[in-house]
Amino acid sequence: MKQYSGLEILRLSKWQRFLYKLASFFAAIPHAIAGFFKRIWGSIKGAGLKVANECRDIVSAFVHGDYKTKISYFIMGFGNMARGQVLRGIMFLLFEAVFIFYMVTTGGYWLSMLGTLGVQGPTKTYDPVFDTYVTQYNDNSFKILLYGVLTIFFIIAFIYTWRVNIRQNQIAEKIQASGKKLKSGKDDLRSLVDDQFHKTLLALPLTGILIFTVLPIVFMILVAFTNYDGAHNGFSNNLFTWVGLDNFNTLLSWTGGKGGTQSYSATFGEILSWTLIWAFFATFSNYFLGMFVAMMINKKGIRLKKMWRTILVLTIAIPQFISLLYVSKMFAQNGLINLMLTDLGWIKQPLPFWTDPTWARITVILINVWIGIPHLMLIVTGILMNIPADLYESARIDGANAWQQYQKITLPYMLFVTGPYLLTSFTGNMNNFNVIYLLTGGGPTNAAASGAAGSVGHTDLLITWLFKITTGAESQYYLASVVGILVFIVVALISLVVYSVLPSIKNEEDFQ
Amino acid sequence: MMTNTNQAPAKRHMGMKALNRASNSVIYILLVIISVVWLIPFIFIVLQSFRVESTYQVGYVIPKQWGFDNYIRLWNTDFKKWYLNTFIIAVAAAVLQTIIVLCMSYTLSRFRFKMRGPLMRFMLILGMFPGMLTMIILYRVLSDLGLTQTNAVPGLILVTVASSGMGYYVSKGFFDTISKSLDEAARVDGATRLQVLYKIILPLAKPIVIYTVLTGFMGPWGDYVFARYVAMGTSSGYNVAVGMYSWLTNDQIANYYTTFCAGGVIVALPVTILFMCLQKYYVEGVTGGAVKG
Repeated sequence: MKQYSGLEILRLSKWQRFLYKLASFFAAIPHAIAGFFKRIWGSIKGAGLKVANECRDIVSAFVHGDYKTKISYFIMGFGNMARGQVLRGIMFLLFEAVFIFYMVTTGGYWLSMLGTLGVQGPTKTYDPVFDTYVTQYNDNSFKILLYGVLTIFFIIAFIYTWRVNIRQNQIAEKIQASGKKLKSGKDDLRSLVDDQFHKTLLALPLTGILIFTVLPIVFMILVAFTNYDGAHNGFSNNLFTWVGLDNFNTLLSWTGGKGGTQSYSATFGEILSWTLIWAFFATFSNYFLGMFVAMMINKKGIRLKKMWRTILVLTIAIPQFISLLYVSKMFAQNGLINLMLTDLGWIKQPLPFWTDPTWARITVILINVWIGIPHLMLIVTGILMNIPADLYESARIDGANAWQQYQKITLPYMLFVTGPYLLTSFTGNMNNFNVIYLLTGGGPTNAAASGAAGSVGHTDLLITWLFKITTGAESQYYLASVVGILVFIVVALISLVVYSVLPSIKNEEDFQ
Repeated sequence: MMTNTNQAPAKRHMGMKALNRASNSVIYILLVIISVVWLIPFIFIVLQSFRVESTYQVGYVIPKQWGFDNYIRLWNTDFKKWYLNTFIIAVAAAVLQTIIVLCMSYTLSRFRFKMRGPLMRFMLILGMFPGMLTMIILYRVLSDLGLTQTNAVPGLILVTVASSGMGYYVSKGFFDTISKSLDEAARVDGATRLQVLYKIILPLAKPIVIYTVLTGFMGPWGDYVFARYVAMGTSSGYNVAVGMYSWLTNDQIANYYTTFCAGGVIVALPVTILFMCLQKYYVEGVTGGAVKG
């Protein structure tokens, strides 16, 4: 692509300049993606070097260390205790004891089963005394996968702690060699509210995130490579097992799906494109209309500013499920609006707000404007007040009209400041479950797509589809998991591309 | 000559004034329309909650017969149980979530430790996974712990609070605006980090604490998906959103439409009043935090 210098750009017409910017935006995308992979490769290489260094360090510490350090390689915390840091030593030893106990009693079983996710499903044996079949539950694939992952987490934590234990011995050895005093247990405790305060503060939140967010996500990513569904629930009917990339093949292949109607990939493509269209309109309609409303309220000479604002803010306060469900029923076939218009004699047939695909899609976007404008109004008001007033003053002296002022001052400023917000609200809208599910439930039904993959509607987003897959009759968890991973990839790609071209990613330290 | 030069700007001034007045009246008209559109559904809900003559959807708004029948009927359903459930979750979430979010955001704003950058990047990436995905496993784990169906309330609190550390962005943005020199001055005077937090930062952070409590309290009132999943059809474990949704299904709506409206009023009233009282802080949080993201 031809590169223009600054002066050449100025010589282009407005339209050409716009095209040029657009083209250079898209031209930058491959570069950004390439840069991303280069960075990943760089970090992998960096990590490899680091591991090699660590290993060398561990070996040399063993060779050159004294006996206290050497014994600590096998009995964690020995060196600490021998050097008088009893509290630390006990903690290390305790951790090692718990780890070994866990691995011997249960951890080993989970780990050994992880490769197969269980070998023996439930068995039925005939009980001649009561003349019935007794079901005996054996391996449980779900638990094996869950606790297997947990065990791996635990092993990583153990290796890390082991490494910390060795490094502390090294450091303590050096400190003692130089004749200084080591930190006592009391010092350690005190540092937890002082130097090391961040560890105390983060302990609880990070544990919560690890167990209730990271672990489930790792688990669900792994489920995408198994055949876990309602018919293979892992303990009471059939075990599930690893199937490799089969599920990705199913979803992305072009051959017909169940019943031979429409392939999964066509369904997926249909839903994905509506998700993107929806996210685009939901984000930008709210953005521009919200900005418009905020500017009207903020205009000099408009009275009762506070009242207008309060009326809009009121709608934020009311829980969304009430307003969304109510509005959804208002627009229904036999809802308030249709009945009213029929009573007035304006229409003969009820308007197909939720029954016609196009109507439903437009109505959803319009109602989303109703939901979203108050938020945008608040955000925009805050930013508008930050725009220096003298910019407008000098523009007015130069004879700029309101539209020019908006175009040349307000809009560029807004776009610059709200760039990151626009990105998060775009991705947020892609996953906007509540609005879609409470308004339409995904409907009206898309017959062609439903034949292939459960019930699919014309307003279904990927996220509501995912929900339907998991709660549907067949509970195809593996498919939901694949869809979830694809959602992640789409969101991550969009974020990556936008972030690399956004001008307003400033150094966060600038504000402090 | 003299009169000419004086008159021209005056005339232009007059013209602009008239133009301004015209555009202002257009704006007033628009604002009135907007206000009506935004308020009308809520006015309708209130009006229909007092409708006595029928329980299904009708084509008029003003009831022909007024009365409290729907509210009385509400009392005879499981609604009070749902309401209590939601209220307990909301209070617990507001308190615990605030503590967790504040720990998280304060640390990430104030401390510079080795894992800070990677941690924040990691959480950013984590946030890109659809949360819905984790629902299945969380449900199974909760059901193993016995925290589903009739015990859905503690289960929901646990899940809501445990993962709330991810939403630290807004309050981190706020802490970023408090000058670091305050901390340093106190540190020089011999205060520990803990003392700096509760003696200096917390009093200054009142707006963001209130914002976090408020959002934490309001969230559970609209929580639908996971709440439905955890309750799994056991009415005594429902929250208001799940319970009232079941009134609007195709086979129930004819009987329960006006009851839903009455329930909506009862749910919205306290939340709205609380919100309006603390509006100032909410606005501060949204405008400050959303932009810096």
